[in-house]
Amino acid sequence: MSGNEAVSRAVWEAGVKVAAAYPGTPATEMLEVISTYPDLYAEWSVNEKVSLEVAFGAAMAGSRAFCAMKHVGMNVASDALMTMTLTGVAGGLVIAIADDVGLSSSQNEQDSRYWGRFAHVPVLEPADSQEAYDYTLAAFALSEKFQVPVILRLTTRICHVKALVTVSERVAHAAAGFEKDAARWVMVPGAAGRRLPKMFERERALRAEAEVSPLNVVEAGSDRRVGFVTSGPAYMHVRESFPDAPVLKLGLSCPVPFAKVREFAAQCDRLVVVEEVEPLIETELKAQGIAVAGKDILPQMGELSPNVLKPAVARLLGEPVPEVAKAAPMQVFPRPPTMCVACPHLGVYYTLSQLRNVTISGDIGCYTLGFGHPWNALDACISMGASMGMALGLDKGRAESEADKKIVAVIGDSTFLHMGMQGLLDIVYNRGNVTVLLLDNRAVGMTGGQDNPGNGRNIHGEEAPRVDFARLVKALGVREERVHVVDPYELPTLFKTLREETKVAEPSVIITNQPCVLIKDYHKLKPYTVIDDKCTGCGNCVDIGCPAIHVTRRDRVKKASGREVDLSFVRIETAACTGCGLCVQPCAPDAIVHAEKVSVINMLKKS
Amino acid sequence: MSNTTHTTTNILVVGIGGQGVMTATEILAEAAIALGHDVKKTEVAGMAQRGGVVSSHLRFGPKVLSPQITPGTADVLLGFEAAEGMRWRHMLRPDGLALMNTGRLVPPVVDLGLYDYPEDPVAAVRAAGTRAFAFDASAIARDLGDIRLGNTVMLGAISGHLPFPADVLEQCVLKRFASKKAELVELNRRAFAAGRSAAAQAQVASAAADEACALA
Repeated sequence: MSGNEAVSRAVWEAGVKVAAAYPGTPATEMLEVISTYPDLYAEWSVNEKVSLEVAFGAAMAGSRAFCAMKHVGMNVASDALMTMTLTGVAGGLVIAIADDVGLSSSQNEQDSRYWGRFAHVPVLEPADSQEAYDYTLAAFALSEKFQVPVILRLTTRICHVKALVTVSERVAHAAAGFEKDAARWVMVPGAAGRRLPKMFERERALRAEAEVSPLNVVEAGSDRRVGFVTSGPAYMHVRESFPDAPVLKLGLSCPVPFAKVREFAAQCDRLVVVEEVEPLIETELKAQGIAVAGKDILPQMGELSPNVLKPAVARLLGEPVPEVAKAAPMQVFPRPPTMCVACPHLGVYYTLSQLRNVTISGDIGCYTLGFGHPWNALDACISMGASMGMALGLDKGRAESEADKKIVAVIGDSTFLHMGMQGLLDIVYNRGNVTVLLLDNRAVGMTGGQDNPGNGRNIHGEEAPRVDFARLVKALGVREERVHVVDPYELPTLFKTLREETKVAEPSVIITNQPCVLIKDYHKLKPYTVIDDKCTGCGNCVDIGCPAIHVTRRDRVKKASGREVDLSFVRIETAACTGCGLCVQPCAPDAIVHAEKVSVINMLKKS
Repeated sequence: MSNTTHTTTNILVVGIGGQGVMTATEILAEAAIALGHDVKKTEVAGMAQRGGVVSSHLRFGPKVLSPQITPGTADVLLGFEAAEGMRWRHMLRPDGLALMNTGRLVPPVVDLGLYDYPEDPVAAVRAAGTRAFAFDASAIARDLGDIRLGNTVMLGAISGHLPFPADVLEQCVLKRFASKKAELVELNRRAFAAGRSAAAQAQVASAAADEACALA
């Protein structure tokens, strides 16, 4: 089981009634798997804040509830978290936050253990799949014992590692029902003020719990020169690297059990804190007057794998640095992720790359890849939905030299529903001059094509109410004649619409309406091929950026004007081509034709 | 606790998104589990379905701690694509073995003329001092009628270089298709056998080349 699958199994076994999430790597699979279990309600929420509020509501009603998100999701959900820590919960509430340590698929690297400190809630840190399962069960017990939301801190190296897990069976959990209590559930200043001391009292009790918790374990070792205080997947790397060293493994790592650490420190010559990412435990131990090394010898980013740990500790001990990884990696071209063959976004970015004097404010999804080659047609990307606000700011804050600059915002359907709608309303309300491209591909594409309110299917793939994007943006105040629904495979229409709308000094929205090629709504068409002797090497088709188009030969010629031109002659990987026809449109010599036509011609030639 | 590095087998499977790298590693893991090993498997493939690099780590033995293979400690490198095999060569231990598909998948950055595809990845890996057996698994799969058989071909290739018998792995491969059409089982059986024999032939060729070098 992967860590995500192990957590999901435990969520089901714990008798959870409500589970909610918005997809995000590396957390996505949790809700996907949970939705396959019977006897519980699972949903894709429109964003993480809503998912946490849904889970919290269920916990208010006394049910056990679960919510999962990637690290940046908690930035969105934190408004809810920071007050539910005052009310506490009735039924157990566990929030799994998956930190993308090493940034395999994220816009930043964050340490979600901060939220434990900020919101005064406990943080559990499993080190592998079995612990992910065990700790999830323990988290529900802890949540109910202290009536507190519990954070289960995962990392990519927990979520996506598969290992053997021993599981058990589901134990039903009856909801007590919602008990009206305004002093507890209605957080107006007076009531909230009275809850604050209870929160601090609870934190003291949790610290006492951490001192005795079976999740915080001392493993004695024979080589006591360095004792390691560690948590999460870093524990496995420590054990792998220093099999004979004493280790204090913190499974319930927030609040930190100071007395336990002091006791452990007395058994070792010195302590090293090994934690991914920020020096949280380290800083707290130092504030307690406990001497430790940590980020002074270890990096404050990325994973603390054995090849990082061993040299750092050897240096600390003044020993020769062991020679791991003697061989340097060989130099090979980079292979960045690409858009798929026939992706509807290809047409959009090809068109955007043809526009001049434009700033393109981007967002989070597959279409972020538009910043790369060959399009170079996305100029900024920070967080979900930010394309809207950034675009308005680029408009209002434009320099005098940019008076004619066109501002375009590009956002996907799911991202728009997640956090983009408010930004568009702000553009409309404040009369911004922004052209919005709303790429509706009916899926949360980057995380694997999950369903969302834009495609009319729920988490189980069943029919659900479907948002009408054109009506939605009109309801937000975009004028009827400034809203266009365009087929992104029709390049001339797309280009014309974009050019005209960027000329109009008011908000417009261009909605593209073709599905992600990876979901079942997409239907393949007849593949194309290139007639070699017709190809003039102009390279227009290469600029589409489709991975099925390959350059077979290059040349450089001098035109009559004296200008030197690079030529790229191409072929199409017909087995991969699904016939979207994007490359056919800019091909001047009509060298791209349906493959079956060519095979018929070849057959005729042979006979 | 004793050091596990000497009793743990480390296999690194690499390729690009969509080639079946993760499925192949999963099947290797199932075989190791069937033999009673502790097993951990990990990969970094967040955006791999967009044609990016995929590397999948498999570790098995009596007790596996860290799921990651430390650079310079992989026993076998199974490269699903020629340049990808080259990219990850440094992960092998000095006497480790690279099994490389010579089939190429050229990325858009190369088509755009921004980078060059290495002239001969297998030769480059050998020149760096690594023992490499190379064969065209993509062509074998295509000849069998479906490029998607490539990962079964690759599993057949590694089956003779594992600390357990080849048929354990073959059974795990075929089990995957047991619920599907009988012809699919047969096709995968043939792909597995073809991969196995291609790796064996490559081994013979490699030994002959070494001998020729020694004589020269």
